[in-house]
Amino acid sequence: MGSNGDTSLAHLRWLEAESIHILREGAAQFARPVLLYSIGKDSSVLLHLARKAFWPGPVPFPLLHIDTTYEYPEILEFRDRHVREIGARLVVYTNRQAVKRGANPYDLGTARCCQLLRTQALVQALKEGGYDAAFGGARRDEERSRAKERVFSFRDRNGHWDPKTQRPELWSIYNGRVDPGESMRIFPLSNWTEADVWRYIALEKIPVVPLYFAKPRDVVVRGGTLILLESGVRLLPGEKSELVMCRLRTLGCTPCSGAIRSEADTVDKIIAELREFRRSERENRVIDHDQDGSMELKKREGYF
Amino acid sequence: MAAPADTAVRVLPLAHFLRRESERSMLRVSTAGSVDDGKSTLIGRLLHDTHSVYEDQLEAVRKSPVNRSRGAVDLSLLTDGLRAEREQGITIDVAYRYFSTRRRTFILADTPGHEQYTPNMATGASTADVAVILVDARKGLLAQSRRHAFIAALLGVPELVVAVNKMDLVGYSRDVYESIRTEFQALAPRLRGARLSFIPVSALEGDNVVERSARMPWYEGPALLEYLESIEPAASLCHGPFRFPVQMVIRPQDGFRGFAGRIVSGSVKPGDTVVELPSGRRTAVERIVTFDGDLEEAVAPMSVTLVLADEIDVSRGSMLAGAERAPAFSRRFEAHTVWMSTELLDPGKTYLLRHGPHEAQARALAVRHAVDITTLDERPAPALGWSEIGLVLWETSRPLAFDRYADVRGNGGFVIVDPHTNRTIAAGMIEAAAEDPLAARRAAPQHFRASRVTPAERALRSGHSGALILADVHSAAAHGLERRLFEHGADVILLDQALTPLEPLLEAGLLVIAPRTSGTGRFPVIALPSQERPEEAEAVVESAIEEMQRRGVLAGRDEFNAGEGI
Ligand SMILES: Nc1nc2c(ncn2[C@@H]2O[C@H](COP(=O)(O)OP(=O)(O)O)[C@@H](O)[C@H]2O)c(=O)[nH]1
Repeated sequence: MGSNGDTSLAHLRWLEAESIHILREGAAQFARPVLLYSIGKDSSVLLHLARKAFWPGPVPFPLLHIDTTYEYPEILEFRDRHVREIGARLVVYTNRQAVKRGANPYDLGTARCCQLLRTQALVQALKEGGYDAAFGGARRDEERSRAKERVFSFRDRNGHWDPKTQRPELWSIYNGRVDPGESMRIFPLSNWTEADVWRYIALEKIPVVPLYFAKPRDVVVRGGTLILLESGVRLLPGEKSELVMCRLRTLGCTPCSGAIRSEADTVDKIIAELREFRRSERENRVIDHDQDGSMELKKREGYF
Repeated sequence: MAAPADTAVRVLPLAHFLRRESERSMLRVSTAGSVDDGKSTLIGRLLHDTHSVYEDQLEAVRKSPVNRSRGAVDLSLLTDGLRAEREQGITIDVAYRYFSTRRRTFILADTPGHEQYTPNMATGASTADVAVILVDARKGLLAQSRRHAFIAALLGVPELVVAVNKMDLVGYSRDVYESIRTEFQALAPRLRGARLSFIPVSALEGDNVVERSARMPWYEGPALLEYLESIEPAASLCHGPFRFPVQMVIRPQDGFRGFAGRIVSGSVKPGDTVVELPSGRRTAVERIVTFDGDLEEAVAPMSVTLVLADEIDVSRGSMLAGAERAPAFSRRFEAHTVWMSTELLDPGKTYLLRHGPHEAQARALAVRHAVDITTLDERPAPALGWSEIGLVLWETSRPLAFDRYADVRGNGGFVIVDPHTNRTIAAGMIEAAAEDPLAARRAAPQHFRASRVTPAERALRSGHSGALILADVHSAAAHGLERRLFEHGADVILLDQALTPLEPLLEAGLLVIAPRTSGTGRFPVIALPSQERPEEAEAVVESAIEEMQRRGVLAGRDEFNAGEGI
């Protein structure tokens, strides 16, 4: 949807300047910040902006990847290569206990599985790492409860978000004061839209995971969603695989990310396709269907 | 890490390009409306009709058991946020929405309108270029509409547009619209120079929201979206004085030392002289460094890293400013303060004040007055409580390098943080620097020490001490004030250009009337209200004289009013 040409370029530069300002505020106000790196398009943009913000110095904080063990091999490979190329520090965390107890979406349901392998894992990782702030690539246009979230979003000792007691945030003055044990989630991409993210990827030639680009892939159609069979997603009784020209619009775990039918095999085609889209990107995340308002529940518990 | 190659080509055009485009390409809008004025419906309609809503979101709304509209889809549900709010059926916090047309990108801060949500309205308005004020055509101009307009004006929003909604329920009557318009127009003088526009709409039916309506042929102006697409943002950030609050020092191993920050106003080129505050030292900008290569020029609101020619002591919270038009630098200042805590403002308490990256301890020395946000009348108040606004005299532990909020929005606002709860409890918009007795004592500048006539002796003879009066120097009030003071024997002069430094004149005991960009850290500053109408000039002069008496600038209590010389 939206604008072209000069208007959108100037807008991207404005967004870039704002995000860099926010990244620097986070780095300056906190002793141990970390950048949540999910390897998706948003965190790829975030990482690129972090490189710009502290240039010619290095990115002054580590990257944290929550590995649910249901990751696409392609993503892990991309992650390791990219991190090596730009010389960043990477920390990988998995909720080992939950994995040992056999957490999986088939037996637990997507909501519970996600709670353990993502939400709880993240809260644990932040606690164990002693991180007092975590940058994330979430955007306000993604979902209704996010639309009200602050750029500097306070989390109590349990990593919980309280939408009722958010700190007023005026101009671009960010209040990062926390007591020991409390923390801040910081969202430098708050004002970006999905289209802005892709236009910026094109403008800056930011590398992204190939799963975003269309090609013929083996899939199973499950509840109206295309699930990629790469990386060993189990076929349930009665299901069979098909070869479909498709791509991922958002990355998630292998069993729970829906692909979309698409011919878009370049960034420019993805941008063109976005203008045609009539459906939001979250729809393709199976997890969000579970409950109305489920995102807000997850966020209260500490999910990004 | 290696810098990407071949980026130098884009470098020079960027500043030019941003100067030309950035403020036209994007518009920040804030809305406020009381419950049931139709704000959610209006925004829902804007999003829907600009194709900014996805089908699955629309479906979710279609499936919702709640539908308070008469149509198939209750568009108001599109913008309804958190669970708790949805249950109560109201919006209770600032929510941000994004939509764009071929001409512009919009960031909309959607805020609740009830009196208890003044802080949310102020938050939404803090960054807005335009405020949409909703009025229900059936109810006419209510206290809340006035409140929205005043808050937006106080927060420096340059454009206000009054959307007279629910025109369908008043038969699209021109008379109803015109009478609301006339009544609202009467508020204009109190809106701090903000421009006022009016549009009759029906959010429910879509009249004059995106498309011009055929049902109100008597209205010849643009539809709301057209208006938002076409207004020119008032003053461009790039043309203000250069202000660069330093966020951090970037110092990798190799001897590089740069200062990272975002230009909040003005522009900078290598070779420009800048002054560092608090030290007051001058140096030149040597390089403007970015990941994409060095720049020949950078303009607000770009984030860059500056390398300076001299090794001066710069750290987070330092201000680098254009040496020509330096900011005010003072520990005391008066600021309109929006109180956002249920705990009263406590003059005995030490708070934290955050002004960009600068942090200092702060105390409220006095509440000059509270502002009735519905009438804009001032009344005496010992303190401020939840949702109240007042003019407060603040004092900080370390001086702040600031501008008047009305002059440089990006350098005149601050927030107050409670050091015990860490919560943000107030926001301030600086009106003027105030006399800082401590600094005056400490910093009698060297070149005045030879003088054997003391300030007290001068004051005894002239009947006043040196003071700076900020004014629109071509206004009737400025001339009237100069004349009045002169005729009563005062030593007064009106300057039509900001002169730096002003200190010699002030030290000589002059009353200096000067443009609003002037500043002094050591002498009392009095600001005349801007935008007075010619017929109000007399009243402005009177109140300036009263203020000067109250603040001890003018010694005699009566003479200046009584028409007798001193
Ligand atoms: N007839 C009519 N009703 C409207 C109009 N705009 C909003 N409404 C109705 O007024 C009620 C309140 O609207 P809503 O958008 O929820 O108001 P909010 O509380 O200001 O967000 C709803 O029942 C709307 O359908 C309008 O232009 N004409």
